[in-house]
Amino acid sequence: MNHNVGCQPPINPTEEEEGNSGLLSEFRARSNVRQRTAGTFSYQHFRLNLYICITSEMTSADYDQASLPDLLPLYYHRLFPFSQYHRWLNYGGVTKNYFQNREFSFTLKDDIYVRYQSFSTQNELEKEMQKMNPYKIDIGAVYSHRPNQHNTVKSGSFQALEKELVFDIDMTDYDDVRSCCSGADICPKCWTLMTIAIRVLDRALRYDFGFQHCLWVYSGRRGVHCWVCDEAARKLSVAARSAVAEYLSLVKGGEETVRKVVLSDPIHPFITESLTVVERYFPQYALLGQDILGSKEAVDKVLALLPEDVRKKLLQYFQTERNPEMRWKTLKSMAQDKRTTAKKGHYFEMEIMLQYCYPRLDVNVSKGVNHLLKSPFSVHPKTGRISVPIDLKELDRFDPFDVPTISLICKELDQPKTEKEQEDTMENENEKEAGEQRKRRDYKRTSLAKYVKLFDKFLEGMAHSRKGELLKNSDLQKNF
Amino acid sequence: MQFYSRRKKLIGNSQTEQLYGHCLQFYGQPPIENISLSEFETFAVDRLKLLKTVENLGVSYVKTSEQYTKKLDVEFSNLNFPYKIEADDRKPQTGPSEYEKRRKDHISHFILRLAYCQTEDLRRWFIQQEIDLFRYRFKDLPSKNITEFLQYNNLHYHTISVDEKTNLMEKLIKSSFAVSGSTVDCQDFYKVPFQDALDLVRTRKVYLKGGYVYIPHQDVVTIILNDFRTRLSKALALTARSLPAVQSDERLQPLLNHLSHAYVGQDYSIQKSIGKISLEQIDPLSAKSYPLCMRQLHRGLRDSHHLRHGGRMQYGLFLKGIGLTLDQALQFWRSEFVKGKVDADKFDKAYAYSIRHMFGKEGKRTDYTPYSCMKVILSNPPSQGDQHGCPFRHSDPELLKQKLQSYKVSPSGISQILELVKGMHYQLACQKYFELTHSIEDSGFSLNHPNQYFMESQKLLGGPGAGVKVEVKREDNPATKPPHQTSGPGNLPQEVAAEITEDLDSFFQDA
Repeated sequence: MNHNVGCQPPINPTEEEEGNSGLLSEFRARSNVRQRTAGTFSYQHFRLNLYICITSEMTSADYDQASLPDLLPLYYHRLFPFSQYHRWLNYGGVTKNYFQNREFSFTLKDDIYVRYQSFSTQNELEKEMQKMNPYKIDIGAVYSHRPNQHNTVKSGSFQALEKELVFDIDMTDYDDVRSCCSGADICPKCWTLMTIAIRVLDRALRYDFGFQHCLWVYSGRRGVHCWVCDEAARKLSVAARSAVAEYLSLVKGGEETVRKVVLSDPIHPFITESLTVVERYFPQYALLGQDILGSKEAVDKVLALLPEDVRKKLLQYFQTERNPEMRWKTLKSMAQDKRTTAKKGHYFEMEIMLQYCYPRLDVNVSKGVNHLLKSPFSVHPKTGRISVPIDLKELDRFDPFDVPTISLICKELDQPKTEKEQEDTMENENEKEAGEQRKRRDYKRTSLAKYVKLFDKFLEGMAHSRKGELLKNSDLQKNF
Repeated sequence: MQFYSRRKKLIGNSQTEQLYGHCLQFYGQPPIENISLSEFETFAVDRLKLLKTVENLGVSYVKTSEQYTKKLDVEFSNLNFPYKIEADDRKPQTGPSEYEKRRKDHISHFILRLAYCQTEDLRRWFIQQEIDLFRYRFKDLPSKNITEFLQYNNLHYHTISVDEKTNLMEKLIKSSFAVSGSTVDCQDFYKVPFQDALDLVRTRKVYLKGGYVYIPHQDVVTIILNDFRTRLSKALALTARSLPAVQSDERLQPLLNHLSHAYVGQDYSIQKSIGKISLEQIDPLSAKSYPLCMRQLHRGLRDSHHLRHGGRMQYGLFLKGIGLTLDQALQFWRSEFVKGKVDADKFDKAYAYSIRHMFGKEGKRTDYTPYSCMKVILSNPPSQGDQHGCPFRHSDPELLKQKLQSYKVSPSGISQILELVKGMHYQLACQKYFELTHSIEDSGFSLNHPNQYFMESQKLLGGPGAGVKVEVKREDNPATKPPHQTSGPGNLPQEVAAEITEDLDSFFQDA
């Protein structure tokens, strides 16, 4: 569990390469990260990836999908934070039957998928989940009736009423602009895209839209989800959700579109603010990490986004200037020049930054009130990682490869108790509920603890807001 | 409990006082009083005339232009509707007081809701005219009244202070192409919850902060209109559901039916030109002076020597309206039908009766009036094999285009007509057809009736069918080209008005 264990990277990579190839291939096999450098092996890559190899070795604890049937019962009996989960979805019990009318869907063993699951109490939820041992859990909308009784309701009356406003950012949507990985693969380099996405969207949701309770969750493999839990957000119509998603979308077009970001006057303050965030990460992420102005292939892709005359000039200039930072500087100043001379606004340097870094969200996920999305604290069957909340205060330090897997935390359960824990248990042994209590606190002994704590803080924040609302309303109605 | 109900009563009292406290209404609450049937009818018909004026002017003029406003002002005062905020009870006025005008506005709106909620077409028409009406009245409201209006109707749009405007100046300018420094300075900005301005949010055309959009006054009208449209649409849907209860009231049912098909102009049942048209003239007349629907019917009759019931009614009454006598009509129809599958005996037995019926010589002897455009467009849509109806409404646009091409209408003219059809302005499309076939710029009348079309055409061409007995007060000499003005609703003399109410019953009965 100590992430900084030994194994310093070799000083002379060329000689040590052969010696370490064993470690490398093992790492490749385990942590699902591939290197995509064409041709030569890059030293930088090696250093970074070796470090990950070590840390992931610590956190993955030999996760194997085949062991899920054994791990899940343990997870749902002793680790899943049911109490917090119920507290979340109950939303203070302000609306009647809010929890009871919520749809859950489970993916069971052998890919059996069941929808319209609903539960009357936290206890019922626990019992059912422990019985079914779902591989995946999705959360849907709060309906007009109990989802598990939807067949008894007159056709047309069973309606999805409310749901959190959600966003799903998936790394595969960036495949055209990341050179390090593709598909389901991620690495620390492209993970920066998620960092940028979270910063940009969180700022907008908070300051532009006034939403205060946004829960960001790691999806478990290649992306992040956002759950906007404000009351106003939950009540949004389909049209409103779609409008919010459109407002937040700047990258448009599929495979056949080359220039995916088009800016024109006036530049809306939202775009300016988002660019400020992107600009902070751009040099390190794009110029250095992704090397977008390095290789000919990458440079061509960038130049394809520029107006003809600028492209020609830059091609010429690049023949002598090799340094990516200098290249970018020149590109930027050319854009600025063009803006002062031409009548129309030319914002191509901004367009490039946005095309390479700006969050790409799937509008369809956000639009539907009844759309089902993977639940926080659900396990990702392919990686074993738990969908944990992300601490925005430590966002730049978040490492998806550091997220605990189910096998790890189950293993941690077996560790002998520390002295303190021994004392605590002895104190409580006199109480009837000792067993229960022990069970409920088991996650605290694992790497899951800090994430549950984060979730607790989030729930506190919402409870606080609810209290504030109640006070406000009762003042208005002059109830004393 | 008592405390609560006492509060409620208090609110009730102040509400009735407040009810017409504002010139402009959102029509949130239905009226809760008793009115006489005649007031019911008058209010409804007046509002209908107003809405029809709104419709006609709306397509002839730009909706914010001065001409539009002036003409609509006139109509407003003619029909005693409230329109200008300055008019208040203290000023000595002839005619109904401001309060009465507002009451009329309120009640008539709700009556027409009953009449226009039943079909999608009717609802769409009603909503469109009410929106145009609202926009026209809202446009001139001074800022203070707008704020009052918004508060009164629980619209959470607040204007922002000058300080706030200064602070946000940069952001406001950057948010919208339409907003410049001067816009920010001279216009009020409203803070609106973003859920009420989704279109602006979606396209990022407005500044958004803390869940509120900041909209300049010029754009807030759009928001309010959208709100109005949504409310009215929902209300009409609700009304439609409760309609069966209303329709069971025998006093109201006929009137409501009439209103939704109502034609409030000349009925062309009395003609000076009786007998002035000979049967030989019909063919050439059909090409020159018939509106498209009748030309189509005539063509259909000539080609297949037969017309189905709907066609016979529509065309037969039209022929009566242009001046055919009963004998002429019988001769006309028989000669045509006999060329087909019907022999003379069968004709006399089956069809002659219905023709005589049309002229009021059979059955209860009602002298049926020729169909107005409204009736043709809205009722009895044609099905396969039928020739009746309004080609602009009922024909497939492609077929319509072909037909117009065969009638040698110019391509630009055809596209103008098709545009009007697309906008569902069928009568205006027919008017355009009139203008194109008569090679004039401006028809000079507002088309409401096929016989009107015929008469106007004949007048232009100096033909025999031009005479009209019914006196309509025209502001102009028929000889000179009249300015583009509606000739109908406001100018009806007393006797015709009375006739109309009487005829409304028979008017809508098919033989």
